[in-house]
Amino acid sequence: MLTIHCPNCGITAEETEFHAGGEAHLKRFGPGSSDAEFESYLFMRDNPKGVHFERWRHNNGCGKWFHVARDTTTLEVFGSYSAQTTEPPQDILDVITDRHPDWTQGRNA
Amino acid sequence: MKKYSVFAVAREAMRHHTGWTRAWRDAAPKKKYDVIIIGAGGHGLATAYYLGKNFGITNVAILEKGWLGGGNTGRNTTIIRSNYLQDPSAAIYEKSRSLYETMSQDLNYNVMFSPRGVIMLAQTEHEVRGYKRTAHANNLQGVSTEFIGPEKVKQLVPIINIDGPRYPVLGGLWQARGGTARHDAVAWGYARACSDMGMDVIQKCEVTGIRQSGGKVTGVSTNKGDIDCDKLGMVVAGHSGHLADMAGFRLPIESVSLQALVSEPIKPCMDVVVMANTVHGYMSQSDKGEMVIGGGTDGYNNYTQRGSFHHIEETVRALIETFPMVSRLKMLRQWGGIVDVTGDRSPILSKTPVEGVFVNCGWGTGGFKAIPGSGWAMAELMAKGRSPLTDAFGLNRFVEGRFIDESVAAGVAH
Amino acid sequence: MSTRLATGGRLLKKSQAVEFTFNGKTMRGYAGDTLASALLANDQMLVGRSFKYHRPRGIVAAGPEEPNALVNLGDEASFEPNQRVTTTELFEGLTATSQNHWPSLEFDVGAINKHLSRFLPAGFYYKMFMYPRSFWKHVYEPIIRQSAGLGKAPKTKDGDTYEHFYAFCDVLVIGGGVAGLEAALSAGRSGARVILIEQTAEWGGRTPVDGGIIDEADAQSFVDRAVAELSAMENVTLRTRTMGAGVYDHGYVLGYERVTDHQPGVAGPRHRLWRIRAGHIITATGAIERPLSFAGNDIPGVMLAAAMRDYVVNFGVSVGDRTVVVTNNDDAYLTAIALKHAGLDVPAILDARVLPQDSELMAQAKALGIRVLMGHAVSSVKGGKRVTGVVVCSQAGEGAVLEEIACDAVAMSGGWSPVVHLWSHCGGKLVWDEAHACFNPDPNNPPIGADGAGFVTAAGAASGMFQLDDVLNDAHAAADGVTRSLGFKTPKDAKAPKGARRDDAPMMPVWLMPQGASAKLREKAWLDYQNDVKVSDVRLAAQEGFVSVEHAKRYTTLGMATDQGKLSNINGLATLANAVNAPIPSVGTTTFRPPYHPISMAAIGGEARGAVFQPVRRTPLHDWHDANGAEWEPVGHWRRPYAYRRANETTHDAVMREVSNTREKMGLLDASTLGKIIVKGPDAGKFLDMMYTNMMSTLKPGKCRYGLMCSENGFLIDDGVVARIEEDTWLCHTTTGGAERIHGHMEEWLQTEWWDWNVYVANVTEQYAQVAVVGPNARKCLERLGGMDVSKETLGFMDWADGELGGFKVRVYRISFSGELSYEIAVDASHGRAFWDALLVAGHDLGVMPYGTESLHILRAEKGFIMIGDETDGTIIPQDLGLSWAISKKKDDYLGKRAQERSHMTDPNRWKLVGLETVDGSTLPDGAYAVGEGTNENGQRNVIGRVTSSYHSPNLGKGIAMGLVLNGPDRMGETLSFPGTDGKTYEARITDPVFYDKEGEKPNV
Repeated sequence: MLTIHCPNCGITAEETEFHAGGEAHLKRFGPGSSDAEFESYLFMRDNPKGVHFERWRHNNGCGKWFHVARDTTTLEVFGSYSAQTTEPPQDILDVITDRHPDWTQGRNA
Repeated sequence: MKKYSVFAVAREAMRHHTGWTRAWRDAAPKKKYDVIIIGAGGHGLATAYYLGKNFGITNVAILEKGWLGGGNTGRNTTIIRSNYLQDPSAAIYEKSRSLYETMSQDLNYNVMFSPRGVIMLAQTEHEVRGYKRTAHANNLQGVSTEFIGPEKVKQLVPIINIDGPRYPVLGGLWQARGGTARHDAVAWGYARACSDMGMDVIQKCEVTGIRQSGGKVTGVSTNKGDIDCDKLGMVVAGHSGHLADMAGFRLPIESVSLQALVSEPIKPCMDVVVMANTVHGYMSQSDKGEMVIGGGTDGYNNYTQRGSFHHIEETVRALIETFPMVSRLKMLRQWGGIVDVTGDRSPILSKTPVEGVFVNCGWGTGGFKAIPGSGWAMAELMAKGRSPLTDAFGLNRFVEGRFIDESVAAGVAH
Repeated sequence: MSTRLATGGRLLKKSQAVEFTFNGKTMRGYAGDTLASALLANDQMLVGRSFKYHRPRGIVAAGPEEPNALVNLGDEASFEPNQRVTTTELFEGLTATSQNHWPSLEFDVGAINKHLSRFLPAGFYYKMFMYPRSFWKHVYEPIIRQSAGLGKAPKTKDGDTYEHFYAFCDVLVIGGGVAGLEAALSAGRSGARVILIEQTAEWGGRTPVDGGIIDEADAQSFVDRAVAELSAMENVTLRTRTMGAGVYDHGYVLGYERVTDHQPGVAGPRHRLWRIRAGHIITATGAIERPLSFAGNDIPGVMLAAAMRDYVVNFGVSVGDRTVVVTNNDDAYLTAIALKHAGLDVPAILDARVLPQDSELMAQAKALGIRVLMGHAVSSVKGGKRVTGVVVCSQAGEGAVLEEIACDAVAMSGGWSPVVHLWSHCGGKLVWDEAHACFNPDPNNPPIGADGAGFVTAAGAASGMFQLDDVLNDAHAAADGVTRSLGFKTPKDAKAPKGARRDDAPMMPVWLMPQGASAKLREKAWLDYQNDVKVSDVRLAAQEGFVSVEHAKRYTTLGMATDQGKLSNINGLATLANAVNAPIPSVGTTTFRPPYHPISMAAIGGEARGAVFQPVRRTPLHDWHDANGAEWEPVGHWRRPYAYRRANETTHDAVMREVSNTREKMGLLDASTLGKIIVKGPDAGKFLDMMYTNMMSTLKPGKCRYGLMCSENGFLIDDGVVARIEEDTWLCHTTTGGAERIHGHMEEWLQTEWWDWNVYVANVTEQYAQVAVVGPNARKCLERLGGMDVSKETLGFMDWADGELGGFKVRVYRISFSGELSYEIAVDASHGRAFWDALLVAGHDLGVMPYGTESLHILRAEKGFIMIGDETDGTIIPQDLGLSWAISKKKDDYLGKRAQERSHMTDPNRWKLVGLETVDGSTLPDGAYAVGEGTNENGQRNVIGRVTSSYHSPNLGKGIAMGLVLNGPDRMGETLSFPGTDGKTYEARITDPVFYDKEGEKPNV
């Protein structure tokens, strides 16, 4: 039973208020992309044992999407941040490296 | 290997059972094998078993990071059915179900396959239509199922409430030859049979790298040293993405936690397996008398083998609605398992970009019932390069847009 | 025999006698008794039968760790199986029956198994019952099932109520013994919000029973003071009869409160499930005593030493007249001393240890005249349904008989194991404590919370403290550390009260008694009483290679009974470690899973049952439908009328009547459930062009357009009519089931992909009631209401307009899902019912009649309109359904466009939509498949199409169907075979899917 912080309405609430939406920072590939690019965009997902950047929606609250950095092996949360970004912000990365100095960003499925 | 029988047990009883030998040998890895299977769960062991039995390939090692059968094989709700809608699914699950029927005799190990019958309840018009469609499809797939009315449901499951105020039971898809089996015994039986064929089941052997040369696999690195092989099968539910990463390719997989629970044991009161998909709950009674109850998955990636309690609440609530007597039972134990979920919720049995590496994963919430069929098909794929049972389950389907979607008939994958 | 003593019983209210029955026999106890103490007071030691061998079973423990004494409690609507007598408080009129025997507890036919036990070792069933194959289902399994299972299945609907309760606190203290009380005091004084829960009805735990001294007074006075101070603190919540059932991630804890179990009939819920969110959790859950493994340790009358002390001190009950105490530690001496003080006979203490000098307690025992035999052990216990004596041997040997001592009870103590369950639920690790031979919580590896730090701290005996002063100091320090880390200030000079220290001799691990017990003795030395697992079984498992602790557990079923191994786990894994010659910590433990102790399913379910199981969404017209014969169909959380059945009418008749009437006169449909989503903003048109396959940006204000939505994976997910309201505003209709989903879908794309586009979306589904007025008389009816011009000239097909009708403010869409002249009219939800009534009045002599969802389906099928969920199933693309006309060729991009370019999506052999008509006019079975030639490689019949919708059309007087068929549109007129599940094969011709008004003239009038 997680608690999640919604950066849009500024509250921390029960997991039941939220909906998990899978990997964050996907880059969309549309018409004109190759088969491999399109397959990767739709189906290939980071599935790390460890730090995962993911999308959540506060669907029983403000209805807004946001991103969360979370550890899939301990379920600890490093922070929430705006969905309107293409990469995790530095303050979130700092929290992660502060707690896990050997962590490096990148695909670690 | 000493044959198991009532006579053997009686003979051993006379000498305080001092004569029983190990069910499977405690093997150390050899330098090289024809085939290495990573993962000594049901699927991995079954793959090895059929490699030996059907293709005479016995120079095989099965490597297990922990203890064999310790993943989802040992933590599922043991339902066996094959009433799937799509042809490729029905084919492999029905193959599997039919192999379960003779497994105890084939392995000389009682896996207690109990063909007690499985009902999937229809509680909306949409489900009624979906299950009627499935019944039509099954009829042509050689899978014996039947759409039955609410009275027949009540007759098969006297403890059910078919007139619930919220979702009355409108009927159900009945597979009389579905059932349950003793999950641990499936792994132990296969391990014993593999060992008996000369294969090495190596526990506490964690793979740390996949070695390859010129795009072809040459072996694995493990905590017990490097081991060479010609062919490699990855059969590691919950950790497939991790291994694929070692081999340098990606899989369309996410890992989530699936929860289950059991009640305290009571005297027999339900002789069939019931799945209620509208309200998200399914239940059967084990031979020990526990009500074995399956729940849902969390929506988020999770490797902890535990999940969020509200799913348990939802499941229990659904079952109290469906079976009012559940209200006065007690929950004895709850747990979770890590399941691999693919882009279309159907499994992957496939060649991979690395020559000689094969992958079997993504069974999601439905892996146990598929163990023998999956092993049979995977062995054929690895031995011959293709199997009619695995053709449709290849990785290429995600490029082509050719999915095997079982959710379409209001069904669920488990 | 067991009996009630004249004195003693600190928890009893002797003024209040209570009558109850056990197996129909009336017995008496006192208020304050547990069912266990009351049974013992009535000399009822034999209370059940074991699972496998049906051995006689007596009470072994005094708390939730009890493995044997489970009963069927109550009857009818208050019946409950497998209730532990040790956790059941006695109440007037309680009825209990014993379990798992036939025909009676005293004479159980199943007990034949105990004579066969030699043939039924661990895992025997894996090795037999295989031949002949059919016998498993029909012979072996039914017998095995019947002989297992313990309690009876409840038959009557639950007569009680249950509830859930949310609670939040900074510090949750679980366990109300002296450690928990001290921790709660310390935390409470800091100002933190504290919840303290205790599973029993009493505060104080073991310490008052054991005569602990705190601040130089008896422990009870500390307990009383602590409870008084805590009760006075506004920031502290206290609850007895509330168990910490499970610890979940991020500080979530289940508290299981048994509110009225002890006083049935009193108003209120039976159980209350507390969903507690705690900043930090302190587990002060104490420790559990371990049995010793000697032959016959399962015979009724053999009991844990501390439990026997509980019965004497708390309940004034003597378990036996003559009790032999057998131990490997000092604690059991307390029992001998307590028994002696109660005037009972203790012929001997058998102490497995050999010690250089006597400890404090040993000296006390000896001073009371008790014979203490050091280095001695029980070789075997004599007796059947009750202990009659023990055979004494030396611990070091193989069991050679030294003497026999007659007795009717045996008190055993194998040492103590901290209750680490709650610590472990979320991954807290354990560390082996050599000195006490137990696993303690490893403070360096706590369960990890949301912030990456540990969120559980064990305190007192639960963290491996076994001296009273250590317990109190540990609890105090734990609470101090926790509150400080949460930012609260604790008084600097605050100290734990002073607990008296006892000069104990070290315990000695004893995993088998005697050390070299023979195979024959090992076959009688129980580890798991309920599941009948013995030392010999674990050894056999190891011998057969089941050396992982999980394998051994599963192979032998050790620890899998309803006590979840509270007594057996440590003894079992030590036995396994010995068998494989490995140190105990290297063998490890099995996983601790919630709940700590079984909790009722009903409490988990809570209030949401029956009519309130799931909320029902109601349209403004719901009550009217209900009062007018609606047969309901659940659609999502809505219910929609399937048909309105009149007296003397079948549902089918009703549907046929509704369909004909709508085509001939006029029908009303409650379309309020259809999703209505407003999309607004400067970039709204651009956005909708991405959402829909059609071009929506070019739609003119005042016009409607039918639109298709695909997922990014290419599949058709929803459809509906889109109306452009203003230059920058569109209203999108979705399917009933789709409103929330599509709204979420739009939000997702807007917020996570195109967040720089200026668009707002709002789901306004419930703001409006929407009524479809359908049929040739529709316009006449609206004209009678009066108001806006609804003529063809002003409001043409696929136009919409705002206006007024009959005094109602309305928005009217000229759209048709039936192929008739049709107006879909939206009014404010609060006016919905009045508007509906007005239509019924105005249309009275025009033949107005409501119609339900089944008629809606038939009307649309006659027109060949697709239905999401029928023609689509998540695997269908618009191109399959002849809807290419609705896919804009001018757009570079829309969701699903790239996906639809993949090879399987452009495959010419995809099945395509056609109409189907049976050769004989009958109705095709829904969901039937058309067969082709032969079978595929897997032996499955080849199929070339399927029925997606099938109905009897009253207007056409025959069956009509739609289906997807291989190359279907090119095969008009061909006949296909559809095998039914009824054994018949249906022949159907491929036709155009539009069966009615092919030219589409009717709606456009």
